Amino acid sequence: MKRLFPILSVITAALLAYALYEAMVVAPTERTMGDVQRIFYYHVPSAWTAFLLFMVNLVASVVYLIRRNPKADALAVVCAEVGVVFCTIVLVTGPIWARPVWGIWWTWDVRLTTTLVLWLIYVSYLVLRRFSDSAQTPVLAAVLAIFGALDVPLVYFSIWFFRTQHPQPVIGGGGSLDPGMGRVLLINWLAFCCFAFLVCWSRYRLEMLQREVEEAHAMESLVGADGVSAKASLPLNRSPR
Amino acid sequence: MNSIKYLYAAYAATWIIHVFYLTTLVRRYSRLRQQLRELGKK
Repeated sequence: MKRLFPILSVITAALLAYALYEAMVVAPTERTMGDVQRIFYYHVPSAWTAFLLFMVNLVASVVYLIRRNPKADALAVVCAEVGVVFCTIVLVTGPIWARPVWGIWWTWDVRLTTTLVLWLIYVSYLVLRRFSDSAQTPVLAAVLAIFGALDVPLVYFSIWFFRTQHPQPVIGGGGSLDPGMGRVLLINWLAFCCFAFLVCWSRYRLEMLQREVEEAHAMESLVGADGVSAKASLPLNRSPR
Repeated sequence: MNSIKYLYAAYAATWIIHVFYLTTLVRRYSRLRQQLRELGKK
């Protein structure tokens, strides 16, 4: 496993570089928007990757609620954190695209608003994990994750159900996409998925290490305080700092 | 439409966010290694 990580990192770096080349050079220039349309090759794959991570977070949270498996809880935290990073990119690149195309940075459109709400839900999930000391925190966070995941289909299908300024979905919707653009989009998504997988892998190892350190600190408190200490009541499954 | 600067801004913002997050992970990892070393000494 230790040798696999650097190999996958090199492959992912090469794939990201190739995807960037495809997006900047190979993909055809859109007729009305011009080069700014190329933001789409980072914006959309980031959104899809965030959705994917939030779905893994949902599955891991449900597994945790059923089996109380700490590894599932750790995976849920990791996916929520990395998902928030990708969702942040969506919320940053979207307005940068909107400014030259719509003439405004932001509008309270359904797609934009539901994406912001999704981001806020998962940020609150991470805040809960970070600042709550209760032993019930993983359970509460898992329940919050289920509610958060309900917003994912709402974000995706909002442009089907409501009148919106946002462009139509490129897959399964009314929008039509040039095959050359579609190919570049999928290459970028693949590159982003590989990158997200590697980041999640590193973050998962960090999370497990964090839990080991917290457990060791708790044990130390137990032993060092000559029997029962106030510190001994610290929960061992506390979220990462 | 002078849009190329927006394109560069979006791509740069994406990688700045990723690099920032990866830096926080490295810092957290270093801090944990330090804590482990201190625990090992005791």
